[in-house]
Amino acid sequence: MKALAFLVAGAALALAAGAAPAADPAAGEAIYARCLACHALAYDRTGPRHCGLFGRRAGSVAGFAYSEAMKRSKIVWNGKTLDRFLANPMAAVPGTAMGYAGVTDRQERADLIAYLERENRSAACRK
Amino acid sequence: MSFLTLANAANPLEARRAFLGKSGLLLSGTAVALMAGRDALAAQAGKSAESDVRVLNSALGAELEAIAAYQVGAESGLLQKPVLDLAVTFQGHHKEHADVLSKTIVKLGGKPVAAKPRYTFPTDTLKNQADVLRFAASLEKGAVSAYLGAVPVFGNRDLAKAAASILGDEAMHWAILRNALGEAPVPAAFMA
Ligand code: HEC
Repeated sequence: MKALAFLVAGAALALAAGAAPAADPAAGEAIYARCLACHALAYDRTGPRHCGLFGRRAGSVAGFAYSEAMKRSKIVWNGKTLDRFLANPMAAVPGTAMGYAGVTDRQERADLIAYLERENRSAACRK
Repeated sequence: MSFLTLANAANPLEARRAFLGKSGLLLSGTAVALMAGRDALAAQAGKSAESDVRVLNSALGAELEAIAAYQVGAESGLLQKPVLDLAVTFQGHHKEHADVLSKTIVKLGGKPVAAKPRYTFPTDTLKNQADVLRFAASLEKGAVSAYLGAVPVFGNRDLAKAAASILGDEAMHWAILRNALGEAPVPAAFMA
């Protein structure tokens, strides 16, 4: 376990030291696999759909039963707000129903958000 | 003392007594050795319990959907034996997870989410056995990640342990489904 923490910390340091590599939606697709127990792009599941996310007010998909905390958060989803939320959802929106520790690696979050952006532009999301 | 027994105990005091009194006995007799320690429900008041209930409820929501997904798979006519038997077995595990989660939520003073009257599944993309297996594998992989994301946020360490125990089961499902697809069953040394 120590070794793992060391490894992870090492990787984070390496990333912080170099210039931040560009966000890669293809890498982000693999990160999105972590969300697939609860989310889909096109339809609501345990969590709300992610199509239409950008520019949407948090907690506003009609018919989805959000927590009061999310509905009251006044967040509008964009690259910046997603980055903050996904880093630590339960700290960013205390009381959220998304019981998940988050994606702590900055690069992974950037890739994930780039993937969500790309999919939001796709025909499948627009129909 | 198992997680299951804890969930079944009528009140926290009884849960504690059950732990102190019969832990050895129950441990050996329990199929699901989801262990909870003696402080399991003692420190479960206020904010931390509420937060733990929310985490348990999102896990429960995903488990209930998985049960429905395996039902769709089993009834699709696309699965042949022995894969069909696997699907039914795995569905049974998800039912056990859901049962334990929901009892624990009640125990903590919460209200378990109910199964939805209907779920959306990408049925138009499920044309053969491999499609169904791949879909099931994506859900199981997602479930591993979801529990991994739950373990560090539980206020109660015993719930974290129980979540890790379920995580192990889902990871086995994922590996077996990949194996059935002819893919490397365990593609990496770490899960994320
Ligand atoms: C355990 C289930 C679960 C997992 C895993 C999960 N989510 Fe969520 N997510 C939810 C739930 C439930 C909500 C609704 C939260 C609320 O109402 O407080 C939500 C809400 C959200 C929202 C806000 C959407 C809106 O319409 O306001 C975003 C964005 C989001 N999730 C992204 C993600 C991403 C990206 C991942 C993967 C890294 C992920 N989630 C993993 C359950 C989950």
